[in-house]
Amino acid sequence: MYDFAYHKASSVADAAAKAKGNDDAKFMAGGQTLIPTLKQRLARPSDVIDLAAIADLKSIAAGGGAVTLGAMATHASVAASADVKKAIPALAALAEGIGDPQVRNRGTVGGSVANNDPAADYPAAVLGLGATIHTDQRQIAADDFFLSVFTTALNPGELITRISFPVPEKAAYVKFPSPASRYAMIGVFVAKTAKGARVVVTGAGNGVIRIKSMEAALDKAWSAASLDGIAVSASACNGDIHGSSEYRAHLISVMAKRAVAAAG
Amino acid sequence: MGADGIGAAVRRKEDVRFLTGRGTYTDDISRHGQTHAYIVRSSQPHAAIKRIDTSKALAAPGVVAVFTGADMAADGVGGLPCGWLIKNKDGSPMKEPAHPPLVVDRVRHVGDQVAVVIAETKAQAKDAAELVEIDFEPLPAVVDSLDALKAAAPQVHGDAAPGNLCYDWELGDKAAVDAAFAKAHKVAKIDLFNNRLIPNAMEPRAATGDYDPASGDYTLYTTSQNPHVIRLLMGAFVLHIPESKLRVYAPDVGGGFGSKIYHYAEEAIVTWAAGKLKRPVRWTADRSESFMSDAHGRDHHSHAELALDKDGKFLALRVATVANMGAYLSTFASCIPTYLYATLLAGVYTTPAIYAEVKAVFTNTVPVDAYRGAGRPEATFLIERLVDIAAKEMGMDRVEIRRRNFIPTDAFPYQTPVALQYDSGDYFSTLEQAQKTADWTGFEARRAEAKKRGKLRGIGVSTYLEACGIAPSNIAGALGARAGLYEAATVRVHPTGSVTILTGSHSHGQGHETTFAQVVAETLGIGIDQIDVVHGDTNKIPFGMGTYGSRSLAVGGTAIVKALDKVVNKAKKIAAHLLEASVNDIEFKDGKFTVVGTDKSKTFGEIALTAYVPHNYPLEELEPGLEENAFYDPKNFTFPGGCHIAEVEIDPDTGVTKVVNFTAVDDVGRVINPMIVEGQVQGGVAQGIGQALLENCVYDKSGQLITGSYMDYAMPRADDLPSIGVATHVTLCTHNPLGVKGCGEVGAIGSPPAVINAVVDALKDHGVTHMDMPASPQKVWSVINGARRMAAE
Repeated sequence: MYDFAYHKASSVADAAAKAKGNDDAKFMAGGQTLIPTLKQRLARPSDVIDLAAIADLKSIAAGGGAVTLGAMATHASVAASADVKKAIPALAALAEGIGDPQVRNRGTVGGSVANNDPAADYPAAVLGLGATIHTDQRQIAADDFFLSVFTTALNPGELITRISFPVPEKAAYVKFPSPASRYAMIGVFVAKTAKGARVVVTGAGNGVIRIKSMEAALDKAWSAASLDGIAVSASACNGDIHGSSEYRAHLISVMAKRAVAAAG
Repeated sequence: MGADGIGAAVRRKEDVRFLTGRGTYTDDISRHGQTHAYIVRSSQPHAAIKRIDTSKALAAPGVVAVFTGADMAADGVGGLPCGWLIKNKDGSPMKEPAHPPLVVDRVRHVGDQVAVVIAETKAQAKDAAELVEIDFEPLPAVVDSLDALKAAAPQVHGDAAPGNLCYDWELGDKAAVDAAFAKAHKVAKIDLFNNRLIPNAMEPRAATGDYDPASGDYTLYTTSQNPHVIRLLMGAFVLHIPESKLRVYAPDVGGGFGSKIYHYAEEAIVTWAAGKLKRPVRWTADRSESFMSDAHGRDHHSHAELALDKDGKFLALRVATVANMGAYLSTFASCIPTYLYATLLAGVYTTPAIYAEVKAVFTNTVPVDAYRGAGRPEATFLIERLVDIAAKEMGMDRVEIRRRNFIPTDAFPYQTPVALQYDSGDYFSTLEQAQKTADWTGFEARRAEAKKRGKLRGIGVSTYLEACGIAPSNIAGALGARAGLYEAATVRVHPTGSVTILTGSHSHGQGHETTFAQVVAETLGIGIDQIDVVHGDTNKIPFGMGTYGSRSLAVGGTAIVKALDKVVNKAKKIAAHLLEASVNDIEFKDGKFTVVGTDKSKTFGEIALTAYVPHNYPLEELEPGLEENAFYDPKNFTFPGGCHIAEVEIDPDTGVTKVVNFTAVDDVGRVINPMIVEGQVQGGVAQGIGQALLENCVYDKSGQLITGSYMDYAMPRADDLPSIGVATHVTLCTHNPLGVKGCGEVGAIGSPPAVINAVVDALKDHGVTHMDMPASPQKVWSVINGARRMAAE
């Protein structure tokens, strides 16, 4: 770990003020990506601005046809929330399946979404449910948010404050973990929403992607059988030692069917 | 048997400190005035070093020193030695290229040690390490051992090992094997690759060197399985320090699995640097360093053929293996694919003729050495896969072909055609017990039920044998070992009757403090709370060879028993004096010395006190005190064996293989603590399942380590494993007094072929006859998908 200046922000405004004009500053939410990155000397921020003390970012609320998670809501708190389990059980189950207990007790939804790891779970739910990302400056629709690997629509110094997930009619998330890291080698989030079906894949490529051919099939008839014969091109997928692009493309079909079946 | 004597499942004495965080590991030891070392490692798989500039690093805050290979060479520091000389087919010695602790002008693998930065803090050392400038001139690299043998292959050591060949060795009667193949009814064949593994002990390696300028004494605190071996090798060959001036202390060690047997560069570096700087120098590997500097395991390419007669009897076995040594010879690397591998190729079978040839090859990878099982898992995997293939060739049942070729239970001692003589075993009983426990006969019903759920279910059996208790020193010496392989023990009885055992064995997870205490408790009739076991400190313990190859109880335990015999014999003489009887009339039982046929007796404690307060004592005939040493050199290896049965279910849609049942019935000889044996077997099976389904060290073609962290190297986790049923069926070892054989490695040896045999059985309708490890989801899916595609076309 290289030296850096540590700041504990007292409010969203305080955090933004501390980051202002400093491109080498980093916000820290749960730190579950940032801390290992620092320890391996893969990042060298001048300043780390810790968001942990900002109490009003931790809220979890359901109502008005949506579940709204404060950016600093931990995976464990989302997984355990009766409101989330009742309104969008798939979201609670997704949170329950992230990492291990240590990661779930520290890691946050805002941190995960802002980081946009191409194998992270939360971005699949954000895009799959057509969520809205609220920042200290504006609102961003999920469809406009995830740009590329570790890249989002957030401006430098812009801070996610909460994420609002519309309650779908049905949804489920099924992932195939990497045998080594247990990150999603393929994760598929499916949702039947008022605006139509969504099928979102994480782990395959440079970030979350929608499989529109599958969405169209599910719009016609919501059943796993509707996905029979719909193949995903291997060219949409990356490959590594644990999963070639061809294998990953195959897993998308398998996991999508399982997710639809699980959603009921 | 006493309440905590032999056979009792007593809880491990050492677990109180381990489970409450009160263990003392090497990294827990702080020395006054200590400095911190950070090793600058090669980022290059193979490169010439044109220039090293340490000036900026030396000027960095807190830096005490920066040393390179040139500094060590200038001081006359020697290379890291190899402990076993293997001879080529023509009798010439193997190639032993130089292995300096810090390289001088060339790096040969990613992670090779280039320089050491020593600073007041670890962070300062790490900061400064980034300022060491190294001009590398990259050279082509080779990672696969078969590639390394090709004519145009990059040369890892140039003229020091032409063609990258370390040795070309053979064992067995080639003419007899050729003759048997000529009249064979059928020949079963296999080509396989035994996957390279990274050990991943929970505690990373660590070493602290200390030097006392007043006395000239050096101390090395290190994560070692055998501190005396390290003292011998480092003192005599590398740093030229007299053993009387060098203490090596391996305190609590958090797992070794073989990887902490060897003398590593860092041990020599910190000890030498402590002498230069006259300050303690400490080093602890981070996990990334462990991946690229702990000796790896396995990595064999093999082709094997088994000749059978018309009844399925094995006539002869022919094996050709290419073993990857990595970039340098690690301490025992040379003996693993030879005398710990080819000598095991008879397995549990009566195969009358066996011939093996082994080429050991240098590559631009981390050195390879013993890893739990060490050569024996490689032999077992080859035999047990080949036997399944032979059954298929013959149209015979897999179990029947094994039974037909088992060494009969009344044929012991049994001389194999590959040097070893087995003393005892009963392979029929372990097989039958395992089949019964695993409900072998009910399997087809379970397969049919799984099929209804869309799953492919398979069952696999492995009937294995291994050799432990290394080793009779004269035999090992004749085969090239450069050390003796006895063990030593001291039994120190204290005046009030409590006992300290000082052992040359080393416990790094095995539970010696309990098992050895149970042996003593059984003999002396005292409770294990009265017995302490000391190991790991060369300034305390007698010269012993340490722990590996499941040797601790068979060899180290026997040394303790022999020292106990001396203690009891002397105590009998003291008792005879006190009881005014002839020593021949003294009987020792349950902690009491009794005059036979009378009620006159003395307790063990009374005798101990008398020995140290010798007021009424035969001082003319007997020395006071009660402390005895013994060295024990084993008469033979021990031969644990048994049967492992794995049952798997494969999800054909994803290729995921789950081990749903696992049964191990092992003959480990007499069981001292069944709970510890169960734990050792379960741990070994977990590693075996890890090798079979998950673990795989991967380099890319250029020589970069792809699996350099847990992001890519798949370690087995609890939810990858089934509940593992462990049972024992005992035949006693005939040549040690405890009748023990060893249990540390059986799990890792017996289980991989059982799992792969089950996977192949599950996939038999997909045209699969063999699958190399690991049977990863991707690999299994590819096979199923390929078969489906072919069926569709």
